[in-house]
Amino acid sequence: MALQDQDRIFKNVYGFQDWRLAGARARGAWDNTKALIDKGHDGIIAEVRNSGLRGRGGAGFPTGLKWSFMPKNDPRPSYLVINADESEPGSCKDREIMRHDPHLLVEGALLASFAMRAHACYIYVRGEFIREREHLQAAIDEAYTAKLIGKNNIHGWDFDCIVHPGAGAYICGEETALLESLEGKKGMPRMKPPFPANVGLYGAPTTVNNVESIAVVGDILRRGAVWFAGLGKPNNTGTKLFQISGHVEKPCVVEEEMGIPLRELLDRHAGGVRGGWDNLLAVIPGGSSMPCLPATICQDLTLDFDTLVKHKSGLGTAAIIVMDKSTDIIAAIRRIAYFYKHESCGQCTPCREGCGWMWRVLMRMERGDADKSEIDLLFDVTKQVEGHTICALGDAAAWPVQGLIRHFRGEIEARIDKRQAALRQAAE
Amino acid sequence: MSVRRLDPEQPAAFAFTPENKAWAEATMTKYPAGKQASAVIPLLWRAQEQHAGWLPEPAIRLVADMLGMAYIRVYEIATFYTMFQLSPVGKKAHVWVCGTTPCMLRGAEALVEVCKRRIHPEAHHLSKDGDFSWEEVECLGVCANAPMVQIGKDTYEDLTPELLEKVLDGFAKGQPPKPGSQIGRQASCPAGGPTTLKDYAKAGQ
Repeated sequence: MALQDQDRIFKNVYGFQDWRLAGARARGAWDNTKALIDKGHDGIIAEVRNSGLRGRGGAGFPTGLKWSFMPKNDPRPSYLVINADESEPGSCKDREIMRHDPHLLVEGALLASFAMRAHACYIYVRGEFIREREHLQAAIDEAYTAKLIGKNNIHGWDFDCIVHPGAGAYICGEETALLESLEGKKGMPRMKPPFPANVGLYGAPTTVNNVESIAVVGDILRRGAVWFAGLGKPNNTGTKLFQISGHVEKPCVVEEEMGIPLRELLDRHAGGVRGGWDNLLAVIPGGSSMPCLPATICQDLTLDFDTLVKHKSGLGTAAIIVMDKSTDIIAAIRRIAYFYKHESCGQCTPCREGCGWMWRVLMRMERGDADKSEIDLLFDVTKQVEGHTICALGDAAAWPVQGLIRHFRGEIEARIDKRQAALRQAAE
Repeated sequence: MSVRRLDPEQPAAFAFTPENKAWAEATMTKYPAGKQASAVIPLLWRAQEQHAGWLPEPAIRLVADMLGMAYIRVYEIATFYTMFQLSPVGKKAHVWVCGTTPCMLRGAEALVEVCKRRIHPEAHHLSKDGDFSWEEVECLGVCANAPMVQIGKDTYEDLTPELLEKVLDGFAKGQPPKPGSQIGRQASCPAGGPTTLKDYAKAGQ
């Protein structure tokens, strides 16, 4: 049973309709938000927890639980920081929310901030999203003018919402690097603990949430936790913006139920794999950091956090990168390795040196200019990077390489054999 | 990590225009008292916009003085964040070509070839007429409309080498094409029309 339009949250994801306040109101945003505020701080947190919402930024941590970590009687101000530094290759959903339905985000920001007793929210938008920032700022300005937010607003909770630009650093999507950047420093991740809920922005209690996690809060509170929890699968509830890129007939962003089978998603919305399902080589199911899965696993694969973890991959941001049989899978992963080499902040040695090392070895393996023993060596090095760094960028760089070796070792060996045969022939 | 250094040729001085100065001072008030350093990225970005798209060294010092930061701290920001251009860029367009895997799978390498042939064989170099420059950048977050380039504030999506040539022709003539999909798609809607929310699409048209 396909998700019905009435159960979709992002009704203007393609921007066919007005994105401004009047259009947003017509779609249901800002409708009696005061009644939602009246549920109280803890009432809102309980509702979000009961909905089963798991963070949409990649890690899938339960959002309501995260909110409950914020201290309740702290003399310091509390902050909500929204992570709109969408940079994970494959991910392109927060952009659609900010430019086509920004009021969902602004209303969600008010509700989430109220729940966590925060009077200010900073939205950190990646630098390249200039038009998206313009729309978001315009929506915020409209909300101030309409007294929906700001001092003495109609909801009875003083609330300021500030858009802050990044400047082209993937690492700032890591929450503590984001906070460093927001404080005017290089985006280098902090050691945890202390966690941001205790020592976050400006040393004050802070929660960092993804754009999509916040933008769905209004609908969850309006329609109830039971509605949201009734969609998807147990422990993987609700709807999700899937982003389908790569070798499909019609790449697109689409909201679907969590746990939808991969093949159904691609066939129904993306026109199927280019050249037909049998032409599928592999997918990267959750953005570039998630290990790729070969076609044999994709047959009955459902897209949710728990299923993908069982297959040693992850849902991440639900960015599905599809690769057909024309793909040079070693080159595709080599390019991802280059991405992480470029984006490593350089703070931890295993990541700074390891990312470049993995990329250089993959460059050789792409040409077949390697020894087969180096495949195991490469895998071993990924294990030296993974888990040995302050933040998860080291893990993110290691996993795609592990996925390649786990599922396409034969491809690498064949490439080495081919080159050695060519060299022998040249020598004769 | 990437090595980024200041241009050897720098202007003697930099000052914000009165409008930009007022804007910068207003931006600093968005952050709590004593936390003005938070405004460093927006201020540097505004300086870059004012200075023909690249950030000169005197602007780094000016912003540091405005925010009460040590010069080295602002220099670190300027060299860490790759959107700050440290050398002059094309007068008409500096082209960011997204080269990361989702764009690569759909032909970004051919777009890079167009830039190499038409602008300069190497990234971060000006074309002969000084009008264009280019660089390959990491994922720009427009993956469902790959491959794509960003020029200034706008993205040009669903490209082929031929379509990129047309986009660049437009900039050369001073008539940039309409941003977004260059094959007529509405945002990231599937080509040929939406598979969901059809009533909403109809109502909006």
